[in-house]
Amino acid sequence: MQGWFFVIILVLTACALFYIGRSRAVATVGGDPTVLHSKPGFHGAFVMICGMVPAVLLFFTWLLFSRYLTSAYVTAQLGADFANLATIEQNALIRNMRSFADRTDLSALSQLEAEAVEHYRAFVGRAALILQIVIGVLVVAGGWFAMRAIHQELRARQFVEKTVMSVLIAASGVAILTTLGIVLSLIFESVNFFQKVNFLDFLFGTHWSPQSAFEGVGEEATDRNSEVFGAIPVFAGTLLITAIAILVAAPIGLMSAIYLSDYASPKVRATAKPIMEILAGIPTVVYGFFAALTVAPFFRNTGEAIGISVSSESALAAGLVMGIMIIPFVSSLSDDVINSVPQSLRDGSAGLGATKSETIRRVILPAALPGIVSALMLAISRAIGETMIVVMAAGLSANMTVNPLEAVTTVTVQIVTLLVGDQEFDSAKTLAAFALGLVLFCVTLLLNVIALRVIKKYREQYD
Amino acid sequence: MTDLTGGNVEQASIHTSEGARQRLAKRYRGESVFKWLGRSAIGVSVAFLLLLLSTVVFQGIPAFTFNFVSLPFELTEEKLGLDNSETSLRRANFDAVVRDGIRDQFPTVTGRSEKRALSGILSSGASVYLRQQVLDNPALVGSDDTRLEVPISDFADLYLKGQITSDYRIQGQGALRVDRTDNGLRLIADEPVFADALARAKEALRDQAASLRAQQSGLQLSLNKTRGDIKALQERIPAETNANVKNRLEAELERYQSDITVLEARIKQIEEQTKKIDSRVANPGLGEDLTGEMMSVLVYIDDAVLKAQKVTNTTANVEEFMPIDADVTNVAADQWYIRVLEVPESNRKFTDQEIVWTDELVERGYVRSGLNTIFFTRGASREPEMAGVLGAAVGSALTLIVTLLLSFPLGVAAAIYLEEFAPKNRWTTLIEVNINNLAAVPSIVFGLLGLAVFLNYFELDRSAPYVGGMVLALMTLPTIIIASRAALRAVPPSIREAALGIGASRLQTVVHHVLPLAMPGILTGTIIGMAQALGETAPLLMIGMVAFVVDIPMGFSDPATVLPVQIFMWADFPEPAFQQRTSAAIMVLLGFLITMNALAVVLRKRFERRW
Amino acid sequence: MSVEANLAATAAKAPAANASKVKMSGNGVNVFYGEKQALFDVDLNIYENQVISLIGPSGCGKSTFLRCLNRMNDTIDVCKVTGKIVLDEDDIYDKNIDVVELRARVGMVFQKPNPFPKSIYENVAYGPRIHGMTRTKDELDDLVTSSLRRAGLWEEVKDRLDQPGTGLSGGQQQRLCIARAIATQPEVLLMDEPCSALDPIATAIIEELIDELRANFTIVIVTHSMQQAARVSQKTAFFHLGKLIEEGPTDQIFTNPINKKTQDYITGRIG
Ligand SMILES: Nc1ncnc2c1ncn2[C@@H]1O[C@H](COP(=O)(O)OP(=O)(O)OP(=O)(O)O)[C@@H](O)[C@H]1O
Ligand SMILES: [Mg+2]
Repeated sequence: MQGWFFVIILVLTACALFYIGRSRAVATVGGDPTVLHSKPGFHGAFVMICGMVPAVLLFFTWLLFSRYLTSAYVTAQLGADFANLATIEQNALIRNMRSFADRTDLSALSQLEAEAVEHYRAFVGRAALILQIVIGVLVVAGGWFAMRAIHQELRARQFVEKTVMSVLIAASGVAILTTLGIVLSLIFESVNFFQKVNFLDFLFGTHWSPQSAFEGVGEEATDRNSEVFGAIPVFAGTLLITAIAILVAAPIGLMSAIYLSDYASPKVRATAKPIMEILAGIPTVVYGFFAALTVAPFFRNTGEAIGISVSSESALAAGLVMGIMIIPFVSSLSDDVINSVPQSLRDGSAGLGATKSETIRRVILPAALPGIVSALMLAISRAIGETMIVVMAAGLSANMTVNPLEAVTTVTVQIVTLLVGDQEFDSAKTLAAFALGLVLFCVTLLLNVIALRVIKKYREQYD
Repeated sequence: MTDLTGGNVEQASIHTSEGARQRLAKRYRGESVFKWLGRSAIGVSVAFLLLLLSTVVFQGIPAFTFNFVSLPFELTEEKLGLDNSETSLRRANFDAVVRDGIRDQFPTVTGRSEKRALSGILSSGASVYLRQQVLDNPALVGSDDTRLEVPISDFADLYLKGQITSDYRIQGQGALRVDRTDNGLRLIADEPVFADALARAKEALRDQAASLRAQQSGLQLSLNKTRGDIKALQERIPAETNANVKNRLEAELERYQSDITVLEARIKQIEEQTKKIDSRVANPGLGEDLTGEMMSVLVYIDDAVLKAQKVTNTTANVEEFMPIDADVTNVAADQWYIRVLEVPESNRKFTDQEIVWTDELVERGYVRSGLNTIFFTRGASREPEMAGVLGAAVGSALTLIVTLLLSFPLGVAAAIYLEEFAPKNRWTTLIEVNINNLAAVPSIVFGLLGLAVFLNYFELDRSAPYVGGMVLALMTLPTIIIASRAALRAVPPSIREAALGIGASRLQTVVHHVLPLAMPGILTGTIIGMAQALGETAPLLMIGMVAFVVDIPMGFSDPATVLPVQIFMWADFPEPAFQQRTSAAIMVLLGFLITMNALAVVLRKRFERRW
Repeated sequence: MSVEANLAATAAKAPAANASKVKMSGNGVNVFYGEKQALFDVDLNIYENQVISLIGPSGCGKSTFLRCLNRMNDTIDVCKVTGKIVLDEDDIYDKNIDVVELRARVGMVFQKPNPFPKSIYENVAYGPRIHGMTRTKDELDDLVTSSLRRAGLWEEVKDRLDQPGTGLSGGQQQRLCIARAIATQPEVLLMDEPCSALDPIATAIIEELIDELRANFTIVIVTHSMQQAARVSQKTAFFHLGKLIEEGPTDQIFTNPINKKTQDYITGRIG
């Protein structure tokens, strides 16, 4: 409710400032707005921006850091009592403090927690008051200065447009910030992880069993953890499933693209394309459901019937379904690539008496090869990063095997299992997820960068 | 020259010679094989899509209907334990009301565990459901025979939908005598009406014997092996000089020998069992027990239902599921019939007794099958019959609203800047490359970002839709930017020149002319991005939107889950009723996605403009 | 002061100016598209209330020069302009000049008609709206009507002002663009081959219009038609390979060119 109230106040103030600026501008020129350099509306917006922007910026800054600041303040107030608690207890205390902050009945809390709530309320109350005053002052001061600045020749439009432009620039910076956020958080947590586990042991170790991680510090912990955080089996499992997926998706996707672009009648194309799009639009959790509850049991039962033991979480089932999921992806990328081979090449080949399939196999595919290769690289990166299908249909235990009938685990599965439900944030287990995430990010990024570059080169070649 | 022009006719062209013809035929075969390959590639996709959709639909459809039981419940104040306080109705004991409501229907049920089984026919959420009705309509308090609807249990529901067992009837042949003995009731028929059941029982015994034999031969193998090992050890021990090793070997020998005794005993036991079974199989006159591993045989006489426990060809010892009148002794052929439930009782989670009770409720007209309103109006629950998608759907809606509010303005603003204003320099190239790569970052990485930055660093709420919305917004941002840029690029430059030429500023040009023209394209891209976000699961798992949320979230910071995550969680539950609900939830999700995509297509078609 | 009166006042001023005042002038204008130089050291004066035609073979830089005059070249990233172009004593490439204001003063009509995909009324009203030129709806209506009238389009569109401008014929669209340009009341009007897409009748209407407009505006027109240049303009400038070869009164250029190249071009030997 308070939030809505705030929004309403904000809008009303903005409107008021706008109105004031506008009328003031009209008044300065004796009621004839045509002689103003900028239209009166821009003057209104000018005053509004001067009044609101600093205040709103301040407010959001506060919003971003308030949680951090409140806990910092309360812990400082509690002093040693707090510092002596174990990390888990500290977290619990802060959590309780927050959830009880607006309740009257504190009887369920311990002495220390009740104290924390008192400090918390005091701080939040005071901070809110200060914030309100500062914001009020900013609005009034900004608006007043802007009002004073209004005169006939004021370039209000330029000012407004510059402001809007900065907003646009800031918006496009969000993408950079996101990447930065990803990279920094992954690296930061991974560095923490590699203080607990030897880097090389992680990359090249062959034993993965994070549930037996040792929660401690020091030399011994590092040694013990380095033994259980060897990620090779996880990487191997990821590769196995990815390989199966690509073996399914590459031929089918490529052939679909070829058929659709060179053979299919417009009618077939008009039905097949939407079907591909539907396939691409189905959420991965649905594929996962299907893999886990239909495909995997089917393989297991078939195996049983002919006397082969097939795991109920076989890599084959997960890989197959994942392969089908990326067929549309491969197909649409290949379609683009094949279509950008110039018609003159086709004509040239056909003019020599080649059949269509000969033209495709001998002329178009070789010409399109770089594009197709990069399409496959993108598909691989998709498969490596795919999560839900493997979480639902692949295994949890890290087996090192190339047998597709056995259960293997993947990087994404491990990330999910290590992080879901876990509240603790500095154990080797949770941090391992970030190290895996970093590897995942780097590999997919590398594949993408190379693929996009190859595709770009390829496009330029035919432009 | 002569070679070319005056050569003989057969060699006039290498393209018409016999060899060439053959080669050509072969090439055409290759052509058709290639074409066929392409067709089957498409076929695979189509077939898979059909398979997936039909699986989901067939499994999901039954979950859209549900069976409710309406029973006269005693809602008197003392039964509910009401006092005069405001909240007493909320805290009232509806459990007892429901329990007694069903027990009143079957007064002959007396045993403790039977009574509990009887209450189990109704959903354990029945009391919650009943309470809600009374809270909505307090006037109900005081009545003691108002019929109110409560949900039936999930297995009863499945049974009523015919998904627990198949059955068939055998009409009574000849008269049936009811023989009351000290160890219970016995039915004696004129005709061999139980022969079928007996034959099945014997067959089951035969199977049992066969598996025992297999077991025995397995044991025999290990027995032989152990004997061999013992022999080897016995030869080795005298030769061994090291005392330590010798001790160890002797201990081992001892262990082997005790193993042998155990094995031998077991084999003997199995042999005896097998022999016993064989002799029973061989004697067709001998009656057999009908165990839980076999089909169930129920005998219906008027209102009474009797379950056969032990049968011969013509007789059956029976248990009374619905009591038979004490004075009935002879039943004419048209007064009774046999019903066979084909799925063995031990293979289903719904006993014969429960089936009989449920049938009885249906017979009395208490059961209504209708739209599964619970599924559409409730949140998560551990009971499949009380679980609904509304909570997750609302969670999805809240999350998507945040996603849209963040990613649409940001995405369009970024696209406008990059497409219309950005100078070509390192910085903008960097942004561009960056956006293209972000679009390909696995979604789970965004989850890690959300966890590390939003939850851990800024300490925002776990499981809250607004955090989920923020994460999804970052994820869909590249999609929207790329689509918006394409739409902006499609607006011809002449429009921009026209506006600039009469002195519009660049911003005015964009806002007044370019953006409105590009808007359909931008919206299409945005809807597609939103559809992606709606189907996204992995990043939300990371930020705790997997919480088990019973209440329907009412605000952006209430703990919530979303449709795909709900599907993920339900898919893990073993109950068949949950499996069906999972499929039904998938249908709901796909319904939303199809609507969104259709909207995008319509938008594209309607406002498509060729320049 | 009403708009009509405003226009009339400008018109009345025209004879007094008497072709003597330089409205715009280019001094040593060089234009580069990236590495490629498109204009070399062009000096040209444009006189108030006169029509000047720019002629020359395709690709010689006429459009480029025209676009320099209201800085439309700014929209091309690779384009760089050096030299000095003056509008009423102000260097238009000066940092302090606001391009938007400049373009409001120096309007432009493009080779291909480019009406906004909005109603006819909105097309014409757009300029006055963004510049805040009118106070009331009535004033705006008047301005739109008079602009359409002056562009010779009023009779054809007065019943369908709310229909999209893109639904007009090519010639009507071009006149709509002209109406749109004059509704903003620029001081200079730049026209880049305004008749290239038009049939002779439409061309005649526009030529008439240009002649009329001369009373209020200074007009620079690019054309490939010698006859057109001869008909509508008082001054003519001949460009060749990015250089201004010759300029002067139209009569003189067409009857008595000084430069050999001009002679060749006019007689159809180059082009
Ligand atoms: N955007 C641009 N980028 C690069 N070069 C350009 C660009 N626009 C024009 N040019 C080059 O500048 C030179 C002059 O072009 P301009 O358009 O001014 O010719 P023009 O005289 O108007 O020709 P036309 O009569 O065909 O319209 C030409 O060589 C052209 O190739
Ligand atoms: Mg030109």
